[in-house]
Amino acid sequence: MTAYDVVVVGGGPAGLCAAITAAEYGASTCLVDRQDSLGGQLVKQTHKFFGSKDELAGTRGIEIARVLSERLARLNNTTVLLEATALGYYSDNVLAVEHGGAFKKIQASSLIVATGASERMLAFPNNDLPGVYGAGAAQTLMNLHGVRPGKTVLMVGAGNIGLIVSYQLRQAGVSVAAVVEAAPVIGGYAVHASKIRRIGIPVLTRHSVKEVLGREAVEGVVVWRVDASWQGIPGTESLIDCDVVCLATGLTPLVEILWQAGCRMTRVPELGGHVPVSDENMQTTVPGVFVAGDAAGVEEASAAMLTGRLAGLSAAHRLGFCPEYGPLSARARRGLASLRTGPTSDKIRAGLQKLKEALP
Amino acid sequence: MTLAETGIPTAEQVEGCYPPAAVRARGPVAVFECFQRIPCDPCYWACPRGAVLEFQDINDLPVVDWTKCNGCGLCVARCPGLAVFVVDETYAPGEGLLKLPHEFLPLPEEGEIVDALDRGGSKVGQARVVRVVGKRRGDTPVVWIALDKNLLRDVRAIRVRREEAGGLCG
Repeated sequence: MTAYDVVVVGGGPAGLCAAITAAEYGASTCLVDRQDSLGGQLVKQTHKFFGSKDELAGTRGIEIARVLSERLARLNNTTVLLEATALGYYSDNVLAVEHGGAFKKIQASSLIVATGASERMLAFPNNDLPGVYGAGAAQTLMNLHGVRPGKTVLMVGAGNIGLIVSYQLRQAGVSVAAVVEAAPVIGGYAVHASKIRRIGIPVLTRHSVKEVLGREAVEGVVVWRVDASWQGIPGTESLIDCDVVCLATGLTPLVEILWQAGCRMTRVPELGGHVPVSDENMQTTVPGVFVAGDAAGVEEASAAMLTGRLAGLSAAHRLGFCPEYGPLSARARRGLASLRTGPTSDKIRAGLQKLKEALP
Repeated sequence: MTLAETGIPTAEQVEGCYPPAAVRARGPVAVFECFQRIPCDPCYWACPRGAVLEFQDINDLPVVDWTKCNGCGLCVARCPGLAVFVVDETYAPGEGLLKLPHEFLPLPEEGEIVDALDRGGSKVGQARVVRVVGKRRGDTPVVWIALDKNLLRDVRAIRVRREEAGGLCG
């Protein structure tokens, strides 16, 4: 059985930063990812990121994936296992992994779970028809595989993902009929909304999907106005002609391995659902198990990079590495706090407060 | 209707961020249509002349020292929100110059006539492409267009007519 000081599950922005940090401070580090290349969702993010200079603001997500992967590759105490799925973590600090058709056991003195989040489904008639996609799935199709999901899209949800993917659909030559949003206001950044409005994509707030039409595939969508409690108002229906529906209605943390490892979990709607109870240094309630990125609570990628760094510092320090842990972790926490001070982080701050109250 | 409801800044917001007439009369100058506090500061780092004042908090809105801005457009290419434009009222008699970010293919050619769109995507006129800067992969291309001076404040996007001909863009 191979043994490492730190094993990181998930090679997105959080996992990459966690692995780089732990290895930089001397811990032998193994990064496990189920995809065939590192970067997680970064590899299809063709837009420039916000955040601060330290988290590569102003750089396109796909470029951030390349920069971080190269930074990791330059460290000689790291191992990367691609196309490897983490199956479980056991009390003797063993991570079970499926890799290359074989069952493998990896000894992990510290474990960092950076598994990300998955897209939420929405309930409406015919939501199982071909042509109904998660917005992230449509983004993968076009930006990673070069395949257009269809001719005309209705986007559901005006958060950042819905707005960004609408813009990228147009860049790929796909028409976007409208973005519908049940809330009275656009949830995503105003600059993303302005980008799609000035290229002629309408945003219908207080609107939702009543039903999707079609027998074999999507042939159109009936949308209607919703009231303050998001219930459809009969008589306000209109038909939108499209062959694709993209759902951008939120993300839920992917935390199965944390449940299985015995971490105390708590449901915090502001953070996307069930998340592990963790302290300000990303330590869960199971000693030696840390969490980073969207698995700790759904946020922007810039925050994921910083929680990854913090988890990497904590995981290494626990094993005696990183003597400068005090000031270094304080700096990472200050960076996070500064990203989270603005009005667009109200929800995150409320969620983190609940998480703090759940600490033993 | 507010920016949060429509995605389009209000007339008051547009007016509030527009450089004063005396500044515009001097030559090209950047217009920052950045109205929401989000954690973002690349414009500060982009400006070689220090025209974007240092941020106290990363969520601060950019504050521009008009005396230092020469309308070079580096911030136009650097802003992740594509929220910066350069207007030049001194370009030619009756004609103004607008520099705007444009991330769609095919890029327009110099000399090409394109549709000029307002903040809601409506065509409000036409423009002549003067230059296209930043064609390297990954850059945000900045397109310089000459257009009716009266449209400088309202035009914020272009549509390349060939796109329609090719059926690429809806």
